[in-house]
Amino acid sequence: MEQSNNPALESQAMISLRNLRVSYGEREILHGINFDVMRGETLVILGGSGSGKSTLLRTLVGLEKPNSGEIWLKGKNIAAISDAEMDEIRKKIGMSFQGGALFGSMTVGENVALPLREHTKLEDSTIEIILRLKLDQVGLSGFENYMPSQLSGGMKKRAAVARALAMDPEILFFDEPSAGLDPIIAAGVDELILDLKKAFRMTIIVVTHELASAFLIADRMVLIDKGNVVALGSTEEMRSSAQPRVRQFLDRIAEPEVSQELDYLQMLTEDNRRPSR
Amino acid sequence: MELTTQIGGTVTDGLAYLGALASLGGRAAYYTFVAPFQGKPLRLERAISQAMQTGVRALPILSLITFFIGLILALQSAYELRKFGALNYVASAVAISMTRELGPLITAIVVIGRSGSAFAAEIATMKVTEEIDALETMAINPIRFLVTPKFLAMIVMLPCLTIWANSMGILGGALFGVAQADFTWTRYIRASLDALFLRDIVSGLIKSIMFGITITAVGCHEGLSTGAGAEQVGRSTTRAVVVSIFLVILVDLVFTALFFFMSER
Repeated sequence: MEQSNNPALESQAMISLRNLRVSYGEREILHGINFDVMRGETLVILGGSGSGKSTLLRTLVGLEKPNSGEIWLKGKNIAAISDAEMDEIRKKIGMSFQGGALFGSMTVGENVALPLREHTKLEDSTIEIILRLKLDQVGLSGFENYMPSQLSGGMKKRAAVARALAMDPEILFFDEPSAGLDPIIAAGVDELILDLKKAFRMTIIVVTHELASAFLIADRMVLIDKGNVVALGSTEEMRSSAQPRVRQFLDRIAEPEVSQELDYLQMLTEDNRRPSR
Repeated sequence: MELTTQIGGTVTDGLAYLGALASLGGRAAYYTFVAPFQGKPLRLERAISQAMQTGVRALPILSLITFFIGLILALQSAYELRKFGALNYVASAVAISMTRELGPLITAIVVIGRSGSAFAAEIATMKVTEEIDALETMAINPIRFLVTPKFLAMIVMLPCLTIWANSMGILGGALFGVAQADFTWTRYIRASLDALFLRDIVSGLIKSIMFGITITAVGCHEGLSTGAGAEQVGRSTTRAVVVSIFLVILVDLVFTALFFFMSER
């Protein structure tokens, strides 16, 4: 009975969101989100600061509990499963955090090997081989004995990706992969995401506000604004969209001033008059 | 009316805080004693390195402090005792007050300063840099991974440190005894041992285990409940130290009263 209302079975969807609502305390951040993520595609979640895109990502990996709605992931509604079931699903997803979130007290190698040591009964020698393989995939061969504090920003991101890849996930999540990196290093991280996509046909979900990077890596895009899905489509559809909110975001047009010039003048003069009274 | 509302609010907040500590301790106890039998092995190496950090590394400073405390105790009791010409009671006065009270307490205070604050700062920093979130997305329970080894280390190390502190305190008292009260070293030590009952030492050790649980629970709870930003890390660390000291004194009072009324019969 659980499967009959599972929308993921009807299509090739890897993740299906149905009317997802999330709040922090009294304030609702996401007001009913609906979309599907297809198997093997790279979906970029675009949105400005405070749009709710990071909250959406945190909800997808189970760090926030939704108030209502469904998230179908690998045939299970993760909005309504036990912690133990969620942990099983988490072993099949990888997440690369904005700042890397590497454990500062462990070497890069120990960081990458941690999920393997915790969740598998593999021999140390096998883990060693997997570790080298993963570090090689992200271009960090030979860095296993470095501490995270000895790495540059871009290398930290790469190490975090290696850790996210450790358990051979089916879905990979990225939170702001190019934030805080210079353009050349950021391009390198984009390149890495493209490589992963080509090599493993992995389902990849990226949250970002970097347009150049988004159009480079995305198959499809979702634009989130004020907790709602504003637009959803392929990169071409987004580029040619005439929707004002999409145009504003893509053409980088600033928010129009709320106050009229006259109000502004009045506010200034009022402030000046006060001391003379 | 205003006052009663405020008192009520403070009391509920305090009880909620104690509840949160108990829940944290309960979950750590589950991962220490129950989960290993359900195929989730205990990470002993993490507990051992934690014990090294909280226990062994604290020895030099703890030795120095408790040696001085023992010396101070001897001076203070001699001030009163010499009026009665009873200077030879210095040994028993120092030995009993060290093992029953000051050994466990001073050890706890030193450990709060070194480790309670470090627990809060470490976990709060991990929270701010999303490392706790990273653990969760890797299906690794932060309580099991971070908090449980700390509890284990503290429950083992605090009594050990306390025994060491007791001996150093008695040694400090002996310095006064030998220099000022016509004791020899061996006679002073023998007088101390004669004055002590096993229950003095055991009651101090029971207290020190309770202190260890309290310090770890507060440090980890403050770290886990930190807000966003580097400023919050500092605030959590400060709160961890202040609340730990307060709760350790409170636990001390409760257990001292308990032992007092138990030994009355």
